[in-house]
Amino acid sequence: MATHTRGLTAATAVRIRDLHRSFTDDRPVLSGLDLVIEPGEFVALLGRSGSGKSTLLRALAGLDQDAQGTGDIEVPEQVSVVFQDSRLLPWQRVLRNVVIGLDGPNAKERGREALAEVGLAGRERAWPRELSGGEQQRVALARSLVREPQLLLADEPFGALDALTRIKMHGLLRALYERHKPAVLLVTHDVDEAIVLADRVLVLDSGHVRTERRVDLDGRRDPSDPHFAAIRTELLAALGLAGGAEIKQEES
Amino acid sequence: MATAVKGVEKAVERRHHEIPPVDDEEQAAGRASRPRGKRRLGPGKAIPFGYLIGPLLLLGVWFWGSAAGWIDPRVLTAPWTVATTAWDLWESGRLGPDLLVSARRFAFGLAFGVGAGLVLALVSGLSRWGEAIVDGPVQIKRSIPNLALLPLLLLWFGIDERMKIITIALGVLIPIYLHTHNGLRSIDGRYAELAETLRLGPAAFIGRVVLPGALPGFFLGLRFAVTASWLSLVVVEQVNATSGIGYMMLLAGTYGQTDVIIVGLVLYGLLGLGSDAIVRIAQRRVLSWRRTLED
Repeated sequence: MATHTRGLTAATAVRIRDLHRSFTDDRPVLSGLDLVIEPGEFVALLGRSGSGKSTLLRALAGLDQDAQGTGDIEVPEQVSVVFQDSRLLPWQRVLRNVVIGLDGPNAKERGREALAEVGLAGRERAWPRELSGGEQQRVALARSLVREPQLLLADEPFGALDALTRIKMHGLLRALYERHKPAVLLVTHDVDEAIVLADRVLVLDSGHVRTERRVDLDGRRDPSDPHFAAIRTELLAALGLAGGAEIKQEES
Repeated sequence: MATAVKGVEKAVERRHHEIPPVDDEEQAAGRASRPRGKRRLGPGKAIPFGYLIGPLLLLGVWFWGSAAGWIDPRVLTAPWTVATTAWDLWESGRLGPDLLVSARRFAFGLAFGVGAGLVLALVSGLSRWGEAIVDGPVQIKRSIPNLALLPLLLLWFGIDERMKIITIALGVLIPIYLHTHNGLRSIDGRYAELAETLRLGPAAFIGRVVLPGALPGFFLGLRFAVTASWLSLVVVEQVNATSGIGYMMLLAGTYGQTDVIIVGLVLYGLLGLGSDAIVRIAQRRVLSWRRTLED
């Protein structure tokens, strides 16, 4: 029996019990995965390619009709998804893209506020094509946040951006998170990104959560901080990179 | 009311928070007002009124050939003779009514054809059952030339205006259907996924995602349809008519009046070019979000 329930009570944001997913009959992508995310908790999900990170996220978003499997998924009423591509409708101006599907008399006003929050005030009437990749992704963030989600699912949202824009987007995402406090599940393949952003990092391996690490860093998270580096080494080891220590030495 | 007040409070509260600094460089680079240089690959910058150059060149050759005596006036009348003939026809009141009748047939045929093609494309593009029922017959019609259908249409609808407009509409319907249907079906599946996560209803999905996404296809179809409409007009007016430009030309043919025939041809050409230009302008307006090699 597979269930996907929306409108979970406030006690937890996400509850997954014994989740199994597979696309073909042979190898299961997810097998017996359990996961609980607290309201307002920022969780990052790491894993090698093909470890099922995106499959898990798509299961939570209810976008995996093509997969077979069992398990219970409970998510809140308001779930927003940010994809790796901004997925803006090219034929709608920026503001219309943000408020698409939103009704109510003050939808446009809320859309403008959301755009101001991501630093794009004044670009409401631009076409998506006129924006840079980073700006397009900021519009996608505004589109997801204007719905006041209780759960934000992000599937490698900065994967297609250059390193510099990426760092700026990290600051923006963290600031937006602190203001709105949704529960966040961030799928990423970038260990540093996970440590910089998340309160808890999960490593997915052979279909279930293999390692779990709380990021107990105070204040600004600095990759050159030894404690930061220690967490990174631990996570890299969990990802099967035995040379995690060597990487650390090279950088210091 | 209570929620509205709450919303305002929230907005005020939000403004007090500091908004993270925005990267100015990136934003500046994204502005649309960057200088538009020449694209290294691609056809280059648009030439103002470039679509007129080809036809004017053709006109020049015709002029020059006639003036130099290289073109026999019995084969191809000189442009100035055509102009004076057109003026005479207009003055004597023979051209005006024929032109009006032809334009009317064109407009009605186009309107009905576009309407029918659009409805069929939507029915077939938005539902599998619709496609199963509609697509086959339209594809069969597509492979039958209008000219071949004419004897049957004559039997069914007689020789009056109705038959002419139906024939034109049948020719127009095909390109509108084909290109709109293709436009509807080739919309990126990722947008459907997005619509699902945004929990758009079917109406909002069709209105905001599907139809705007299919517009480029529709406009392409419309350009073919305008041409198809003139084409069918020529056919119905030369096969069976007692009025219209085609009839005028047919009559001129029996009396050996080359100049009148050329007047008719030039008129068809001008009308075709003019209507295509109108569609192009509308297309550019409506599809301004697209940046293609055309701009």
